[in-house]
Amino acid sequence: MTTENRKVAFICSKGALDMAYPALVMGWAALGNGIDVTLFFTFWGMDLITKTRQDHLEIAPVGNPSMKLSMMGIKAGNLGIPNMLGGLPGMTAFATALMKDKMKKLEVPPVGEYLQMLVDGGAKLYACKMSVDMMGLKKEDFVDGVQDIVTASDFMDMTDGAQIIFI
Amino acid sequence: MATRTIAGKTVTVNDEGFMTNPAEWTQEIATELAKEEGIPALSEQHWKIITFSRQDAGAAGKSPTLRRITTGTGLSTKDLFSLFPKGPAKKVARIAGLGKPEGCV
Repeated sequence: MTTENRKVAFICSKGALDMAYPALVMGWAALGNGIDVTLFFTFWGMDLITKTRQDHLEIAPVGNPSMKLSMMGIKAGNLGIPNMLGGLPGMTAFATALMKDKMKKLEVPPVGEYLQMLVDGGAKLYACKMSVDMMGLKKEDFVDGVQDIVTASDFMDMTDGAQIIFI
Repeated sequence: MATRTIAGKTVTVNDEGFMTNPAEWTQEIATELAKEEGIPALSEQHWKIITFSRQDAGAAGKSPTLRRITTGTGLSTKDLFSLFPKGPAKKVARIAGLGKPEGCV
């Protein structure tokens, strides 16, 4: 038994729906296994903790070679969704609804609820100072559970000895 | 598969110390395993979680995830983490005589 607890820190830099989940899933697994968890939100990742944005994350069907027509229930093998088609109005909303539906069927909670579970499980949430300044955000704009707005240097100090995962 | 004696009963365990046969589990074993996990005494709420987990595993054939436990027992995530501090996923499963939870939520 080591006396020092294992620590994991996630840097969440993306605001797309599909990129919100990796830190949530791994962070939750880490907490369940007794590992200390810190989440640092920066740039587009600020959407994950911003009250007005958190429930409106989306996944875009353009420029993603892994997104296939078969995911929409069309038996087309490896045929992708043409970017021209993905660019039509409403396609992002459609892809987002599809993903949310799939997640719901797997009993995966929505981002806001998931993040609250992590907070309740003891995860520490921080917002990036530079992103806050750039986007004109304030602490009140963030969901409960965000402990502070910190600089990159603060983050380095507070994650001493942690494994850092950039998403 | 290794065996070990817990609370006077010989049971089979895997490399990580999880019991492999839920039928060999007793309440006395749970109390003993809880002490090993740093929980000196099991309260009513602890038992509620353990009982639910065993029932759910019996029905589903796999150890429940933490979210399944909170949904099923009506206890909050905070409660779960304060009742089984530092790693409730593994602790609940181990004390309840089940395998590690399968599933990521």
